[in-house]
Amino acid sequence: MSSFLEISGVDMVFPTPKGSFTALKDVNLKINKGEFISLIGHSGCGKSTVLNIVAGLYQASSGGVILKSAEVKEPGPERAVVFQNHSLLPWLSAYQNVELAVKQVFSGKMNKTEMKQWIEHNLQLVHMDHAMHKRPGEISGGMKQRVGIARALAMQPEVLLMDEPFGALDALTRAHMQDSLMEIQSQLNNTVIMITHDVDEAVLLSDKIVMMTNGPEATVGDILQVGLERPRNRLALAQDAEYNRLRSEVLKFLYEKQRKVESLTQNKQASKMQDMSQQESNEAVKFSNS
Amino acid sequence: MNSLTSIASNRLIEQGRKAAVMLKITELSKLILLPFIGIAIFLVMWTVTANSIETSLGKFPGPVAVVEQFENLYSEHVAEREKAQAFYQRQDERNAARTANDPNYVAKIRGYTGKETFWDQIITSLITVMSGFLLAAIIAIPLGIWMGLSRSLQAAINPIIQIFKPVSPLAWLPLVTMVVSAVYVSPDPIVSKSFINSMLTVTLCSVWPMIINTAIGVSSIDSDLINVSKVLRLSAITHVQKIVLPASIPMIFTGMRLSLGVAWMVLIAAEMLAQNPGLGKFVWDEFQNGSSDSLARIMAAVVVIGFIGFLLDRGILALQHWVSWDK
Ligand SMILES: Nc1ncnc2c1ncn2[C@@H]1O[C@H](COP(=O)(O)OP(=O)(O)OP(=O)(O)O)[C@@H](O)[C@H]1O
Ligand SMILES: [Mg+2]
Repeated sequence: MSSFLEISGVDMVFPTPKGSFTALKDVNLKINKGEFISLIGHSGCGKSTVLNIVAGLYQASSGGVILKSAEVKEPGPERAVVFQNHSLLPWLSAYQNVELAVKQVFSGKMNKTEMKQWIEHNLQLVHMDHAMHKRPGEISGGMKQRVGIARALAMQPEVLLMDEPFGALDALTRAHMQDSLMEIQSQLNNTVIMITHDVDEAVLLSDKIVMMTNGPEATVGDILQVGLERPRNRLALAQDAEYNRLRSEVLKFLYEKQRKVESLTQNKQASKMQDMSQQESNEAVKFSNS
Repeated sequence: MNSLTSIASNRLIEQGRKAAVMLKITELSKLILLPFIGIAIFLVMWTVTANSIETSLGKFPGPVAVVEQFENLYSEHVAEREKAQAFYQRQDERNAARTANDPNYVAKIRGYTGKETFWDQIITSLITVMSGFLLAAIIAIPLGIWMGLSRSLQAAINPIIQIFKPVSPLAWLPLVTMVVSAVYVSPDPIVSKSFINSMLTVTLCSVWPMIINTAIGVSSIDSDLINVSKVLRLSAITHVQKIVLPASIPMIFTGMRLSLGVAWMVLIAAEMLAQNPGLGKFVWDEFQNGSSDSLARIMAAVVVIGFIGFLLDRGILALQHWVSWDK
């Protein structure tokens, strides 16, 4: 049986002034319906490139993406994207931004009042109904990102693609957004691919963590199954042995197996810093236990 | 103890209030007083220098002479209008009398053909510049958007634009005149040839900044917004309407402001050179006239030209404010 979404044998070669640059080499990934996948890897390894290929915004140099046994050739609303920097149209209010998407996807399928209800429902999901007539310039970064998510959800996509959706947010807002995303996900059970730099975020939200090797010629290094039961609670998980095991697996992959190759002195410094952060995290554990 | 501190704090508040008042006064002075002083100094310097310049038509006009000429120009305008009215009244009376005698008589109505007043020339120039500018905008904005969207079109048209952009209106004018008199032949023309000549010259000189700025505005739209449009699969028309136009409105207006400035300058030159009715012709006629008042009348025209140019720019700014989403 073929899977819901399949990335098979994807290479990506960018032409650059200095010759061609192979960003991705033989990326393979199978995703089931309703799965929450996060992509993690060092900066510049090619996560966004993978996401853009699935979105259809980039064309793979070889290989391809199959969604529900049809090849992905161009972007489309069935693969909604939440962009890293929200990408709301600044001249439209939150409501109008979602409306543009809803009109495009549901024209002919919904009448005016149904559309209005659907737009408002989606803004309610992300708790933005109180500010839906404000323009992006008038709301905070976290609120903008929530509207971006509402816009993507309102398209009822087959796959929801998110490129570091919470990357630009402060820790508190980020935690809040993660909780709302989990809540929404428990209701809608979307198929999601999310890029993140945050190990805790990856473990907390995902069913599978896809860890990418460093570029050039980056590929899938390892896939980690996250079997933690849902609903997940970040406070309870902090002491959970399985959670901490998964977390350290990802850290090990990133900081041991895929350590960024740097010059010797930098390397020493980096390992020193790692020791320090190890100490810090030990202290943090002590602190939270006491 | 308590009362002491309260006195101290009262003083502080008082001082704060004084400071606030002072701040307001300085702001007010910046807004009104300083420009006023600037203008006053300018007028004094103008008077002094004007007095020391001797031309073949007498002394160079100072501000007082110019103001006098403004009054003259106004009374000439009023007199001319009265003449026109009298003419029409006589014509009506004559026609009425003849139809009374002979019921079959078809009344002849002729237009008044008096001299154009300064006010008429201003209106003519304004209508011409707006027509030329609008025609330029109708061509430039769609073309600029198209160029911004298509790199190949941009590559194809860019050299042509770069070459024609710096061409002076004086070079276009003879060509335009010849072509218009060859092509625009009609026994009963709706608008005069000279109007078409001036308008087309204005258009030819003012399309370029608008095309260039619009194209730059469109081609520099944030790629994330383009990606949003792609993911939504917006049709070409919706894409232009919902994404491209609002995103490039500020650049389009920058182009329009540049163009209108160019258009106004070009128009005055074209009117002078081609003897087409308008403020330029007024200046030229006064120069040819060579009376003792001529220089003061030209100076009055210069002030009016400058003031209208300023108002046109403000008009576009107001329009931008009204249309644009980012106030
Ligand atoms: N359009 C392009 N042309 C040339 N090279 C590109 C292009 N897009 C990406 N690259 C290169 O491909 C590699 C992967 O880029 P990508 O943006 O996918 O990284 P990333 O993993 O998303 O990084 P980050 O975590 O910093 O967002 C980088 O080395 C980048 O320089
Ligand atoms: Mg990226």
